[in-house]
Amino acid sequence: MTRIARRSLLTRMAVLGTGAFAASGCSKIDSFATSEAGESLFDRAEDWHRTAHRTLAGRQSLAPEYAPEDRSPSFKGNGSLTVDSPVYREQLAKGFPDWRISVKGLVDNPLRLSLADLKALPQRTQITRHDCVEGWSAIGEWTGPQLSMLLDNAKVREEANFIVFWCADVLYGRRYYESVDMVDAYHPQTIIAHSLNGEPIPEKNGAPLRMRIERQLGYKHAKYLTGIEAVAKLDDIAEGKGGFWEDIGNYQWYAGI
Amino acid sequence: MTPRENPRHSISTRLWHWVNAGALVVLFMSGLGISNAHRYLYWGNYGFDPADAWLAVIRFPNWATLPQRYNLAEARDWHSAGAWVFALALLGMWIAMLVNRHFALDIAAPISAWSPSHLWAEVKAHLKGRFEAEDGAKYNILQKLTYGIVLGVLLPLMVFTGLAISPGFEPAAPWLVDALGGRQSARSLHFIAAFALFAFFVVHIVMVLLSNPVKQMWAMIAGGKQ
Repeated sequence: MTRIARRSLLTRMAVLGTGAFAASGCSKIDSFATSEAGESLFDRAEDWHRTAHRTLAGRQSLAPEYAPEDRSPSFKGNGSLTVDSPVYREQLAKGFPDWRISVKGLVDNPLRLSLADLKALPQRTQITRHDCVEGWSAIGEWTGPQLSMLLDNAKVREEANFIVFWCADVLYGRRYYESVDMVDAYHPQTIIAHSLNGEPIPEKNGAPLRMRIERQLGYKHAKYLTGIEAVAKLDDIAEGKGGFWEDIGNYQWYAGI
Repeated sequence: MTPRENPRHSISTRLWHWVNAGALVVLFMSGLGISNAHRYLYWGNYGFDPADAWLAVIRFPNWATLPQRYNLAEARDWHSAGAWVFALALLGMWIAMLVNRHFALDIAAPISAWSPSHLWAEVKAHLKGRFEAEDGAKYNILQKLTYGIVLGVLLPLMVFTGLAISPGFEPAAPWLVDALGGRQSARSLHFIAAFALFAFFVVHIVMVLLSNPVKQMWAMIAGGKQ
């Protein structure tokens, strides 16, 4: 992700490691976290986690899948629980006949797909655990085509490094979006889900379409999906941190921790 | 070997002690901040409904958390950076303890020392304010037991339960999450072990204060003499 000029690593490790901060005043610690040095240290720690995860597990390793009886009795909705627009309400009532998602950006063959188009593709069904950044977990069965199939059909260009997911929901006056790198974009469990537990996805869980990024936390699983865009870099999008919560709250772009 | 050449605490022990202390303070305080995001603990793989929780945790006040206000993203930043320092230092300490035989010589206790009567005698000695180890050993049986549990059980459990909570790490060792009873169980155990360590921390500080704190502190900084 975006990397800011780095200062002496030793200085930062010393701040972390010595415990001297306990006496140094907590306001200083607070300001350290938002300083360039602090953000750079945290970014680096995040990179190490991602590298360690992918080295230890392999890039295509699967998140655990569960048996039907392991599912949670319900599936919590969080963040945006609806899309506040008349068009969405109308589509929701009718079963989303006119909902379209675009596959665009650095592709040779842009696509525009309806729910029926997505359901006509080969499907993957997976019972997976959804881990929220807040700490809770729910288990549900998701069905939809693999993102890799759409990207192949759209002929993503070599220079694409990230896939951005555009959403219909607006929170705090901003449009929700998320992004992943090509490793997670082409991961076999990365699907565009249209069903949860065999039913159309409920409104609170992202109807009609929701991304599943199974090795990362819930905020990466973009709901109310309207577009998929291949890009070379994330800097020019919104505030450049790769996602709604990343922009608004400095959440970690790699949410595998 | 003269006492001067045989410091009470080896350089690896002293270095690890302070690095670990700093890392634990960062991890504990940022962990309290993370706990505030969803203050309910569950057993099993899933859990999101407070009605299913086995424990509703208090909301930790801002003075106890890092940062000193509610900010989940920043608390997680501190936590995942501190985790590297903590886990790698613990690994280094275990290697050093096995190589320099600190574990075998000072912490491991023969089965005969584990008798209830021996433990009880040591508890009584502690209550009378006598904390010295017998027979020229570095630690008495209560210390050996405590340090053994902290180094051998609680600290590694923090690492393993922490890894088990991470969805990105899980594909590397799904058996770990299963062995801990599921992701929410791992999260509960992470919390329990953290507070067991906090209890150790409190007792540890009290014992240092009761047994010549200046000498003890200096020994953990400069090494001290046997």
